[in-house]
Amino acid sequence: MDAKAILFLIFSGVMLLAAVRVITARNPVHAVLFLVLAFFSAACLWILLAAEFLAIALVLVYVGAVMVLFLFVVMMLDINVDRLRQGFWRHVPWGVGIAALIVLQMWLVLSQPAWQGMNRAGPGIAGVDNIKALGKLTFTEYVFPLQIAGVILLVAIIAAIALTLRGRKDSKSQDPSRQVRVRRQDRVRLVAMATENDARQTKKV
Amino acid sequence: MVSLSWYLGVAALLFAISVVGIFLNRKNLIVLLMAIELMLLAVNINFVAFSHYLGDYHGQVFVFFILTVAAAESAIGLAILVVLFRNLSTISVEELDTLKG
Repeated sequence: MDAKAILFLIFSGVMLLAAVRVITARNPVHAVLFLVLAFFSAACLWILLAAEFLAIALVLVYVGAVMVLFLFVVMMLDINVDRLRQGFWRHVPWGVGIAALIVLQMWLVLSQPAWQGMNRAGPGIAGVDNIKALGKLTFTEYVFPLQIAGVILLVAIIAAIALTLRGRKDSKSQDPSRQVRVRRQDRVRLVAMATENDARQTKKV
Repeated sequence: MVSLSWYLGVAALLFAISVVGIFLNRKNLIVLLMAIELMLLAVNINFVAFSHYLGDYHGQVFVFFILTVAAAESAIGLAILVVLFRNLSTISVEELDTLKG
């Protein structure tokens, strides 16, 4: 067993244990922290696969941004964990059954004799500069998908802000369109009143 | 020697664990989102492993786009979660039945 295999076993073992803790942790903050560990181990696995750029992007974008967002939301919400965990173990048989089915199906595929042809170590792309090759591909063949990805991120920004934006109650800002639309009958009310006998006033003068 | 099957097996195990997570935490919306993130990670591991063993970079570009979409998805999902908690004071999936006929 060479060093690469040992590293693979360590990283994948840590990743799977962290994933198990993510779904069983009682405290949501612990779950997010274990999710960070799982993503970090996955980034280590990707470095073993010579995908340096994606590994660094995973750590920067996911651990650095998305997981912090998760942590922020988890800490901001005051969640009653006990109520959410009612009936937690009731659905275990279903879940474990379906998970076993998934693993069994994958095992059936991987144990096929036809699959063994793909199983040998491929040509590998370790000799090529990963970031340079990815950049060439991204900015030539995938230019338009890249633009669409940018638009998706923009939509996500606008949607997230529009959903959570809450105007201040004490704000004194004016709304010109409402000011323009004001009509006279909204503001002025003419009241018909009988004239009073103003004897007192005349006496005073 | 680490072969492609090892990576595919690990990814399948990770996917299975997150499926179990969805079954276990069917009330807790935030752990459901985390389980979906784990599923996407498992799929991405498959993509990167195939990309490495076939010597083809297109798989890695695809992972790049999946990461983008997943980030957008989790940002909007968490925003919806915050609005939900603001209105209902709970994130329990069972109480989200206002659209039920």
